[in-house]
Amino acid sequence: MAIKVLILRNQYRDSVFLMRINDEVERQEGVNRAAVMMGTDANKDLMKEAGLYVKEVDAAGPNDLVIVVDAENDELGEKALSVAKSMVFKAGEGEKAEEVKHKSVRSAVYDSPDIALVLISTPGEYAYLEAKRSLVLNRHVMVFSSNVPVEKELDLKRYAEKKGLFVMGPDAGTSIINGVGLGFFNVVRDGPVGITGAAGTGIQELSSMLHNLGTGITSAIGTGSNDPKDSIGGITTKMAIRAFGKDERTKVISLVSKPPGKNTMPAILEELEMQGKPSVVLFLGYEGNRSSGKIEFAEDIEDEAIRAYRLATGKHAERYDVTKDQRLRLAIDGLSGDQQYIRGLFSGGTVCYESQLIAKRHGRRVYSNAPLDNELYIGGFDESKKDTFIDMGDEEFVRGVPHPMIDFRFRRERIIKEAKDKEVAVILLDVVLGYGANADPAGELIPAIEKAKEVNSRLVFVASIIGTDMDPQGIAQQEGKLESHGVIVYPSSAAAARAALFVAGRGSL
Amino acid sequence: MSLLKEKPKVLNVGLESFYNDLKAEGADALSIDWSPPGGGVPELVKALERLEGDEYEEANAKAIEAFTSSDPELISMKLAKEAVPALNGMALAHAGPPIEWERMSGPLKGAVIGAIIYEGWANNESEAISLVRSGKVKFMPNHDVGMVGPMAGVISPTMPVFEVADRVHGVEVYTNVNEGVGKVLRYGAYGSEVIHRLNWIRDSLYPALKEAIALHGPVKLKPIMSQALQMGDELHTRNNASTLLFLGEIGPYVKIGGMPQTQYSEIIQFIAKNQLFFLNLSMAAGKAMMDPANGIKNSTVVTTLSRNGTDFGIKVSGLGKKWFTAPAPVPKTLFFPGFKEGDANPDIGDSAIMETNGFGAFASAASPAVAQVVGSSASEAIRITKLMYEITLVKDKSFPIPYVNFEGVPRGIDVRLVVSTSIAPYINTGVAHRLPGIGTVGFGLVQAPMECFINAIKELAG
Repeated sequence: MAIKVLILRNQYRDSVFLMRINDEVERQEGVNRAAVMMGTDANKDLMKEAGLYVKEVDAAGPNDLVIVVDAENDELGEKALSVAKSMVFKAGEGEKAEEVKHKSVRSAVYDSPDIALVLISTPGEYAYLEAKRSLVLNRHVMVFSSNVPVEKELDLKRYAEKKGLFVMGPDAGTSIINGVGLGFFNVVRDGPVGITGAAGTGIQELSSMLHNLGTGITSAIGTGSNDPKDSIGGITTKMAIRAFGKDERTKVISLVSKPPGKNTMPAILEELEMQGKPSVVLFLGYEGNRSSGKIEFAEDIEDEAIRAYRLATGKHAERYDVTKDQRLRLAIDGLSGDQQYIRGLFSGGTVCYESQLIAKRHGRRVYSNAPLDNELYIGGFDESKKDTFIDMGDEEFVRGVPHPMIDFRFRRERIIKEAKDKEVAVILLDVVLGYGANADPAGELIPAIEKAKEVNSRLVFVASIIGTDMDPQGIAQQEGKLESHGVIVYPSSAAAARAALFVAGRGSL
Repeated sequence: MSLLKEKPKVLNVGLESFYNDLKAEGADALSIDWSPPGGGVPELVKALERLEGDEYEEANAKAIEAFTSSDPELISMKLAKEAVPALNGMALAHAGPPIEWERMSGPLKGAVIGAIIYEGWANNESEAISLVRSGKVKFMPNHDVGMVGPMAGVISPTMPVFEVADRVHGVEVYTNVNEGVGKVLRYGAYGSEVIHRLNWIRDSLYPALKEAIALHGPVKLKPIMSQALQMGDELHTRNNASTLLFLGEIGPYVKIGGMPQTQYSEIIQFIAKNQLFFLNLSMAAGKAMMDPANGIKNSTVVTTLSRNGTDFGIKVSGLGKKWFTAPAPVPKTLFFPGFKEGDANPDIGDSAIMETNGFGAFASAASPAVAQVVGSSASEAIRITKLMYEITLVKDKSFPIPYVNFEGVPRGIDVRLVVSTSIAPYINTGVAHRLPGIGTVGFGLVQAPMECFINAIKELAG
């Protein structure tokens, strides 16, 4: 056994890039484990936990790249280090010595004054600075980064509002501005619906469903998860509503988020009313609104999409009626007597939350790491209880690991684990396509589904698929792959949730 | 600025995969080579956050307006004591931030000794040293009394100085006469040939040039600098073209009448054969352009970079006349034959005012010949200029560089950008022997110490 260390000073690389190298290094002959990461305190803790921390790492700072290899012997360890090093520097290939890439927003904007928007996905502690710089230079920003303190978010948004600039985020996963997708998004048709909201996966699903119904969107403005809270007061949400109000191509305004703060909700609704355009609102989990005037309230995303479609085109679409689905009848017939619970393993936070709401409406108490009710909390890595829905995009899962829409390792492990519980009837999944997501989510899931079925052949798999035929993965291909392995697929997360409930309830809903 | 009007062109800051996605979806997008600002040090990130806002933009716009609209002209010549009241009596001005005798480096000590002998305050080295030790000689930085001088930059009361003025902002700046290379005062040499040359400058060159300037009228310096830049000068370690352009301007006005032909030839040749003759005038122009940009509240523009051979010092517009110093680094040097590693003194001279203005190493791309002198390639020279664009606020089109598609030189060093990108300004420089009395040992390339910039942003952020 040999631990080998290499520290490359002032060689910042982003974590996704380094994870790829980490992966490759661990595949090298004689390598047990490796850590390839920047020398931040958080990463040092990770190395300590992994037992890969050695004294030399003390001297590394956040701008220094640390490579630690645990190998069979010195020689193989050195070899692995040199593989890692060559991969780190390979990124610069193709660039001539005299080429200097812009190092700051300021120099980039100076040379390309037509930049309209800055997309920021740095670690959270630097996101405020980059966003403020961009706003000072009169550019809109979308902050994908999370972990920005709320007072800093408020500072950015107040400053931006004065200048007539948008701050989408922090923690905004999805936006589509005039056909330009930002962050995690699906490729959808241009059309008459303007979407805004604080729910990233919600925006993805809503825009995809509108596309799949045959219409499309003008733009989708992600506001970031804090925006509708009273601490921010819906600054971006209201700006988005006003922008869609003024935008001639936008015929219908559609809003999707968790319920806004007590003071913010009336302000948002008032803003919406003032635009005088037909609107559909989904405040996930809030039952207190009644449709009035031009504003309709939806109960889930599928419902919202159908309503917006009707307002935009005058045509009616039906909800998926799972009770008539023969596939579910067959699945119910195959269940054993013990099987009664649903285990939901989600990559989309909105989908996890919406699925819990639907289950609650049907009288089931669902445990979750992001529960509707604090009493129903269980940790993400805890043993599941009865009906359990886990948001695998929650913070505890993504520390130093890519989002579950990209990296399926935790979901695969969890699927196999759940299969061993004889009381589980249904495993409910969401499969998110589009840019930002894995290139082949179905292909990632299938090996685990196969293994789970070896454990319990009676297990039922239900999945929602969020995506379109224009996404790089192709919705039909992904659906086909999943169905050929016995997964019952719906292009709506609400339908998938109802289907799971229908199966677990043995034909009653 | 309406968000929904058109497809936005997007700048990606952070995850490279988002940029790749933008390209894949066919969007118009750019990406920056991001790394944690301020090296990720929380205290610096906090300071940088405080220094973003409209008040800083407005202040910097004023600073930029000041140094770009400045129009320095050579007006006349004087004796230093006539130009600078503080130089009446036993007083010497020197390069860089303030320093006392004990901490002076070899070349500065050598130049001080030489200047004392030149002024006749002492007859030899040991007398000069005891005079200084007696505390009778007053020292002051050139920059603090409206002057600049290359290398040791020692200017004594009866040395002739050029008077450069910017009438737009009412600024006057003085600089001494360049002596050439080798055994010269500014590199710390003080032997008899050094003193002899200084006497000749005062007695022969000065009256003739002063008269010629008066006959010609004010000489605009920006046009000469701009042309020279397109002729391969970077105006710091290479002033070949500017010197000849200047000579072409002023030479015809040097009067032969009353002077033997040999003396006339001597004067013309002294200028023509000293490829750094114009450097002092470039520097005075540089200071004249930057002084009006100093003292603007909230401006983060660096208005002075200067070194005394021991300390490196900077001034920042919003912090006025205050120096921020750190130990001067030793340049990476290409040595003249006979000298070697270990002979080089730490960085010295007011001449980094050239880099402060976007010349010297900042304009490396304009001067492939200098790139070779400082031991690198032409493509490295272009790379350095491009790097300097990352820490400056404007590309000044009054000074275009052919090799980067006639983009202007990188001007207006922003102390925030230096700290944020961790890119310190590059400086081309002459290198002095670390011992007094020897002189030039080579040319080199050096980077300003980061500490000065870090201390300045901390103070700016309050």
